Amino acid sequence: MSRKRASLKELRGETALFRRRAFAGFALILLGLCAVVTRYVYLQVYHHDEFVARSEQNRIKPRAIPPARGLIYDRNGVLLADNVPAFRLEVTPEQVGNMDEMLARLGAVVPISDDDITTFKKQVKQSRRFDGVPLKLKLTEDEIGRFAVNRWRFPGVDVVPYLTRRYTLGPLMAHVIGYVSRIDADDLQRVDEARYKGTTHIGRIGIERSYEDLLHGAPGYELVEVNADGRTQAVLDTTPPTPGKNIYLTIDVRLQKAAAEAMAGRSGAAIAIDPRNGQVLAFVSVPDFDPNLFVNGISSVDYKALTTAPDKPLYNRALRGVYPPGSTVKPFIALGGLTLGLRRPSDTVLSTGEFCIPGQSRCYRDDVRGGNGTVNMVRAIELSTNTYFYKLALDMGIDRFSDWMGRFGFGSKTGIDLVGEVTGILPSRQWKATRSKSGWFPGETIIAGIGQGYWAVTPLQLAHATATFAGRGIPYTPHLMLDTQDGVDAPRERQAFPPTGPSLIRKPADWDTVNEGMEAVINSGKGTGRKLGGGFPYLIAGKSGTAERFSRKTDAYDTNKNTAYLATRHRALFIAYTPADDPKIAVAVVLEAGAWGAADSGPIARKILDQWVVDEGGQRPVDTTPGQVVTADALPEAAPAENSSVQGAQPAEASSVLVPPEDDGEDQ
Amino acid sequence: MIEQLSVRLKRFGLRLLTRPRLDLPLLLALIVLAGAGLSTLYSAGGGNYSLVGGQAARFVLGGVLMVIISRIPPPVLRSWTPWLYAGSTALLLVVAVLGEGRGAYRWLDLGVMRFQPSELLKLTMPMMVAWYLHPRQLPPSWKDIIVVGLLIAVPAGLIAEQPDLGTALLVAGAGAFALFLSGMAWWRIGLLVGSAAAAVPVAWQFLHEYQRNRVRTLLDPESDPLGNGWHIIQSKIAVGSGGMFGKGWQHGTQSRLDFLPEHTTDFIFAVFSEEFGLVGVIAIMVLYAFIIGRCLWIAMNARDTYSRLLAGAIGMSFFVYVAVNGGMVAGILPVVGVPMPLVSYGGTSAVSLLTGFGVLMSIHANRKLHDSA
Repeated sequence: MSRKRASLKELRGETALFRRRAFAGFALILLGLCAVVTRYVYLQVYHHDEFVARSEQNRIKPRAIPPARGLIYDRNGVLLADNVPAFRLEVTPEQVGNMDEMLARLGAVVPISDDDITTFKKQVKQSRRFDGVPLKLKLTEDEIGRFAVNRWRFPGVDVVPYLTRRYTLGPLMAHVIGYVSRIDADDLQRVDEARYKGTTHIGRIGIERSYEDLLHGAPGYELVEVNADGRTQAVLDTTPPTPGKNIYLTIDVRLQKAAAEAMAGRSGAAIAIDPRNGQVLAFVSVPDFDPNLFVNGISSVDYKALTTAPDKPLYNRALRGVYPPGSTVKPFIALGGLTLGLRRPSDTVLSTGEFCIPGQSRCYRDDVRGGNGTVNMVRAIELSTNTYFYKLALDMGIDRFSDWMGRFGFGSKTGIDLVGEVTGILPSRQWKATRSKSGWFPGETIIAGIGQGYWAVTPLQLAHATATFAGRGIPYTPHLMLDTQDGVDAPRERQAFPPTGPSLIRKPADWDTVNEGMEAVINSGKGTGRKLGGGFPYLIAGKSGTAERFSRKTDAYDTNKNTAYLATRHRALFIAYTPADDPKIAVAVVLEAGAWGAADSGPIARKILDQWVVDEGGQRPVDTTPGQVVTADALPEAAPAENSSVQGAQPAEASSVLVPPEDDGEDQ
Repeated sequence: MIEQLSVRLKRFGLRLLTRPRLDLPLLLALIVLAGAGLSTLYSAGGGNYSLVGGQAARFVLGGVLMVIISRIPPPVLRSWTPWLYAGSTALLLVVAVLGEGRGAYRWLDLGVMRFQPSELLKLTMPMMVAWYLHPRQLPPSWKDIIVVGLLIAVPAGLIAEQPDLGTALLVAGAGAFALFLSGMAWWRIGLLVGSAAAAVPVAWQFLHEYQRNRVRTLLDPESDPLGNGWHIIQSKIAVGSGGMFGKGWQHGTQSRLDFLPEHTTDFIFAVFSEEFGLVGVIAIMVLYAFIIGRCLWIAMNARDTYSRLLAGAIGMSFFVYVAVNGGMVAGILPVVGVPMPLVSYGGTSAVSLLTGFGVLMSIHANRKLHDSA
């Protein structure tokens, strides 16, 4: 009771004390809250701009939008190289803590090859931390699904859509268009990096390489909002990319296809050029390969198969293969004889089967025992009389010879719009001086006169020379680019390829003489290509060539007439153009292994010309002559009839001379 | 006996419904605060209704507890106090024993729900201090101060040992505020605070390494921008980029894009600051100040010492929440697990806070006679 009273008594003082303390406490609290607010004022008012910038930096990232690569068409608008949507895995290194550990975990979800990882790591080193680097291209739907489920485990890894290249006709255009493949670290050194931001592929060879600049276009940019994991949430602003230009090739795929089919898988090359402008209408190298394999990284198994195949499918024979031209050079030499005033058309030579340099025991043979008798220039071309050209070459001398032949492009690059062309060998004093200390021997001039000896030409050079002659001597750079186009709806812009010089023909009559000889090859009934003109609506002019792969060990004539045996020893060449009076197409066909130029390569040239007639709107020519060489429609390739028809006569063209071992070409 | 009990329960329930006797201004302020908290949570959670719904359910549960407790007269609470304090401290010991050898162990699994005994101390601590000082001559003597100090130190030490520095701070604060309000002489306060400051280097030795790192990071967050500094840097960016008027509700990029960690719980105030700017911050601080002020007003009008000290301490410890969380979000205090009261997502804190306000309501209902007249 007393205690209660006591507490009551004190209550008033205690209440007053509490009241003071409560006020003091509240004042302190207000002070504390003010201190906190002051801090917020400091952050939100005085440092607002700085934090706004950092917040924007956090969330807004510039991202490159790669341009769509230009499409490639043939001259008639057939789509050859296309862009199709695909998905790839991309990694932003900034977002990944332990890269190796992440890759190991990711590998369990989506299989990643060692090649991919090597390329990826190289590229990571070269790019900025916040830029996405492709890890695996062309994901399958299954892989996309499996990654999507596990995505949360992999911050900084994304599935990104992109456009990948597809070559609609696959192997057919492989040696023309080439292919694109993944940009590697070396490429990044070579190109303007800003232009390739976000781009994963670059033209590797072929048209894709030589017109990379046109096809690529320019990247655009977008500002994207990302979250803390770096995943895009929204696009804030976009500067669209400039797509690459579309390219129309000079190639006519119908002709290309006919040429490839006519080759029937035999190693070699076939090229057709329009002599009026240098446009390459067909450009075939056999064997070929599927360029689509390379686009998203070729598997090492596939790659090994391609590189170790004995017939080397990756090797562009049309562009880089070199072969002795054999008798196909004879028309050009003949024209040189006329132009240089060394021969008149009527001048004759007696072919006895053997030509010996006066005062020397060494002799050079004709193809036929006993020779062709007395021949003028037209006959010499028609029958491919070696003695005529031995003499002409000797009279011309090696210096004038190589100068003249050089004008047709032999011994130098044609300048075609493909990368990797080789020069081949035009026999000359200068060329020999780089190889050997011994001087030039007259005998070397003689065999050069029949396209043997040091000679090495690419099929493209041969086609180019043929087209130059057919176009009445006006030289054009052979080219594959026809038109460019800014987007599919824009008009096609023709690219100018003017002649590179004046005509090589001095007098029209000179051309007429050589042309007459080449017409006779096909049409006289006695020429080496006499079976090739039947049923064709125009006159064809041509010249065969059969070059020896190995030097002869004896002077004896080869009595083995088996074509399969001869094919292992000979290279078969054929050049032709038509219509002979107004040439519109020139072709060159080279078979690495063919018994005879006219019998093996000739029909291929004819089939190309047949297709050309069809493409020009004509009926497909049908050869009606029995026992004659038949055209593409009538018979499958390598029919026995063809071979048996050759059996009867001794083909008058194998340049049977002693030749130095020939450069096999493929090593270039 | 049972009938008697059921009749009493029925009468109690009836009174609850018909005459809640709650302090309307405080209740309104709490509702406004809870509303602001829920809308911020909605935005911070990316429009997730289940998150908001869960939190609202806890508010309802807390509100029910508040109403029930508001019907328990303070003398009854006072008579329960030693048992509640002893019980909750015992639970802390149980947790400490169970948690032996584990990293951080704070939870007691009751099967249906997990629950932190330390949360109880937020309320039983000021109750105990008030209970002890209630019959004493005030201002307290050194002897009383030492006893109160021990009453505070034992549970606070156990909590700090868990380790949960934030809750330890809140619990110790609540007890200390009761002592402060009891009229402890200023020079004694000065002496204690001074010696506490002097003990900081000693206390540093007893901190866990991760706690020290938090302090170190606070002093220089940019030294470890991807590790310990990440929270502070991103929180400061969120606050600073909010500016004067904020980016607008649901337009805070820092939280929406996940740059801001813990943006529904400990760092939700950064989201609020980002979206509502300085204006919003000041508004919510005024609201908090009003709530604290109202608590102190209720305390001043309380009938006895126990009620006064308890109501005042609960109100003032509310300030600790706000200052510690607000300071942490703004990068001036280390990262400790103290939520922004009634704004941060999290069940235990909301329920225990509202229970505390239930006590306040009860004290208000049983205020001095001359005031109610």
